[in-house]
Amino acid sequence: MKKMKLVMVGNGMAGARTLEELLKIAPGIYDITVFGAEPHANYNRILLSPVLAGEMTIRDIMLNDVDWYEKNGVSLHLGRKVAKIDRRARKVVAFDGAEAAYDRLLLATGSNPFILPIPGAKLEGVLTYRDISDTNAMIAAAAKYKDAVVVGGGLLGLEAANGLRTRGMNVTVVHLMEWLMERQLDRTAAGMLQKSLEAKGLRFLLKTQTGEIVGGDDGRVKRVKFKDGRELVADLVVMAVGIRPNTELAESAGLYCNRGIVVNDTMQTYDPRIYAVGECVAHRGVAYGLVAPLFEMGKVCANHLAHFGIGRYSGSVTSTKLKVTGIDLFSAGDFTGADGTEEIVLHDPEGGVYKKLVLKDDRLVGGVLYGDTVDSSWYLQLLRDKQNIRELRDQLMFGQSHLGNSGHQGQSRAVAMADAMEVCGCNGVPKGVIVRAIKEKGLFTLEDVRKHTKASSSCGSCTGLVEQLLASTVGGAYQPQAAKSKPLCACTDHTHEEVRKAIREHKLLSISAAMRFLEWGTPNGCASCRPAINYYLLCAWPHEAKDDPQSRFINERAHANIQKDGTFSVVPRMFGGVTSSDQLRRIADVADKYKIPTVKVTGGQRIDLLGVKKEDLPGVWRDLDMPSGHAYAKALRTVKTCVGSEWCRFGVQDSTNMGIELEKSLWRMYAPHKVKLAVSGCPRNCAESGIKDVGVIGVDSGWEIYVAGNGGIKTEVAQFLVKVKTREEVLEYAGAFLQLYREEARYLERTVHYVRRVGLDTIKKSIVEDADNREALWARLKDALEGEPDPWKERAAGKDREEYQALAEPA
Amino acid sequence: MAEALTKSREPARVARWIKVCRPEDIPELGARVIRRPGGDIAVFRSAEGECFALLDRCPHKGGPLSQGIVFGRSVACPLHGWIVHLEDGCAEAPDTGCTRSFPVKVQNGEVLVQLSD
Repeated sequence: MKKMKLVMVGNGMAGARTLEELLKIAPGIYDITVFGAEPHANYNRILLSPVLAGEMTIRDIMLNDVDWYEKNGVSLHLGRKVAKIDRRARKVVAFDGAEAAYDRLLLATGSNPFILPIPGAKLEGVLTYRDISDTNAMIAAAAKYKDAVVVGGGLLGLEAANGLRTRGMNVTVVHLMEWLMERQLDRTAAGMLQKSLEAKGLRFLLKTQTGEIVGGDDGRVKRVKFKDGRELVADLVVMAVGIRPNTELAESAGLYCNRGIVVNDTMQTYDPRIYAVGECVAHRGVAYGLVAPLFEMGKVCANHLAHFGIGRYSGSVTSTKLKVTGIDLFSAGDFTGADGTEEIVLHDPEGGVYKKLVLKDDRLVGGVLYGDTVDSSWYLQLLRDKQNIRELRDQLMFGQSHLGNSGHQGQSRAVAMADAMEVCGCNGVPKGVIVRAIKEKGLFTLEDVRKHTKASSSCGSCTGLVEQLLASTVGGAYQPQAAKSKPLCACTDHTHEEVRKAIREHKLLSISAAMRFLEWGTPNGCASCRPAINYYLLCAWPHEAKDDPQSRFINERAHANIQKDGTFSVVPRMFGGVTSSDQLRRIADVADKYKIPTVKVTGGQRIDLLGVKKEDLPGVWRDLDMPSGHAYAKALRTVKTCVGSEWCRFGVQDSTNMGIELEKSLWRMYAPHKVKLAVSGCPRNCAESGIKDVGVIGVDSGWEIYVAGNGGIKTEVAQFLVKVKTREEVLEYAGAFLQLYREEARYLERTVHYVRRVGLDTIKKSIVEDADNREALWARLKDALEGEPDPWKERAAGKDREEYQALAEPA
Repeated sequence: MAEALTKSREPARVARWIKVCRPEDIPELGARVIRRPGGDIAVFRSAEGECFALLDRCPHKGGPLSQGIVFGRSVACPLHGWIVHLEDGCAEAPDTGCTRSFPVKVQNGEVLVQLSD
């Protein structure tokens, strides 16, 4: 079959990203031709400000060099502007007469700087701030001239002014409005910003309208006159009063434009053969001038160009950061507030910190941070996910780092860290390595950084720090992805919730059926999605869905924990942490017989036999003759107990037997992640119920039940769910909560994260307030566990024998 | 020096095809191990029934690849999740490094691996 022809007009960040995405998912389906008006290949436009300020060079900010296009078989026309689109003949014509025919056309023409229609706007020395040539012109002017006037006190204007000031010019910023960056900042934050910039030597004229630019005899700018009669000397004027979508070409071809080329949710224009992405586009009436939405558009557009037809762009929540060294500023959403909104404000003028968070109906709708933007990624995530923050409210202002992290020396400010300091304690990645990878490899997302550096790819506790590094290195180009719309993995565009819904509603009973139904992008998934789908199937259709051992992580396939040397560990179950001399004798005999090198008591009141050879596992289980402890599985692990009222002189409830009862009813329960319980016999809480997925504490009048605690990476104290009187109620409430977690949490989401995502109120509504629902949940769990075998017993009797046997050694 | 080393090793490298098992002895999207003094060998089988053999050591930290989840023509190492390609034993970019791979063929219902000692 002859390849289709794709022509792209505009070679900026949005267009090139779309090509990258397209080549990634469907290489080789198009002959691709690209026209770029600039003489450069694709560079990171956002980083022009650091270039202007002398902190980076043009070389540092290249994203796709000419070699990249060549390597991918893209014919690239640099410095060639397209003059017209002939839609009937399906070709584009450049100003120099070059032509290219297309089957699909992608417009990525970006935007143009707006030039004030005032006398003198065309004089020499009057520049806009948009591309490499503007930047070079400013750098050249700064070397030769002294006085600059920047018209426009928005993001771009301030970055330009700062750059010119750094290069030694006297710079005055003229702004029409009452305060700087009025579209991103409130008056207080803008005032603080102005003060810091004044301290750097910038001057400001606010509420001032530019009237005329006056030139000298040499045709170069000499002075700027303002409407109020004042004047300033200037030999450089930078106009940074805004951008307009560049729709000239599209309009001349008769495409419908309305403050941008109008596209639908698939990035298609009114001509179905023509797509458009980037700043030139108007999507649902919005034209975006920031880079993150452009990337999202590019991804969707590539999906449709590749004939997959499943991506949808539904708009973006954007945020702003100012790239001026030494100034931390962040703004997102509705930061001014209106009817029905509330504000939480922290203002420390002396310390140079101002934070305002705007809330509406228990949700974060906007915010401005000045001086301390450490938590901006977290706020943006809360904002985009529209997460209920009622329970976080009293800590919200102090940020996520306030909630306690381990493994990186308590550091919470990435900017303040030295290059050699460790960010990721699991993989030993220092700050310098991450920053270098972001710059050199052109990384934009957390996923990219994880892949290239391994930072934040293990326990994830340094994710916040890595996000800060991304944000401070690539600026506004970094936007955390909204978890709600995040696909399950790279094999699909479906979210966890969509996959579960399909499995439930269409009674899908096997991984292959689910993948077929959901049109999976890969033939048999990957190591991320297969275990997730396998769990979702078994959870939705117990006794019916087909378990696939090859889609389980080795620990769950072999029913033991793999260790770094490839041997396994075995943790037999001891209900409630109670054992007997008989069991201990058998454990000792097994340790001797199989020469097990290490025997250790675990944190969950069990005994761990470490260093067992895989071939020995079935024999070990047979000789132990104890149930599986599931210490290897995303399942109920342990119910830890204290001795309780049976022995303890303080005990008010029989916690040991309550724990045994819980464990006997819940063991063999698989879950999205591991589940740990504890039962204490009095409020002294010796079983540490406060940091368990379900923690039960005996009090004189009954039992208190706590949920969603965690003693791991981030210590999280469990939250009070309900107080009950009887042991039966403890079983029912705990079981109902766990079933709800099983049915609703995403695979690999611990209870703490699940409850934080949906809110404790939601949990209480379905379990505490709705007795019918509680009973139904508990009944479903009991049904799922009914007849579920002990995997060790089965395997000791010969099941899956090949899994444990090596092939005969070849002669 | 380098040349001398290569030369001296040449005569010892006798390649021979070894029968290891029947294809159906290896689970689809799974693996089996051959224990050998010179290092265990993992024999994989894809969904399409193709077989591959690699030294059972991840190029990262020596994890047993035979225990990983197999998908497409790749395996995810069980220790730290590196993706290793079954055809050539090389790690998926941006990770780098390769483990040894061995030629495999299926003949008369037998899986044969070419070993060179």
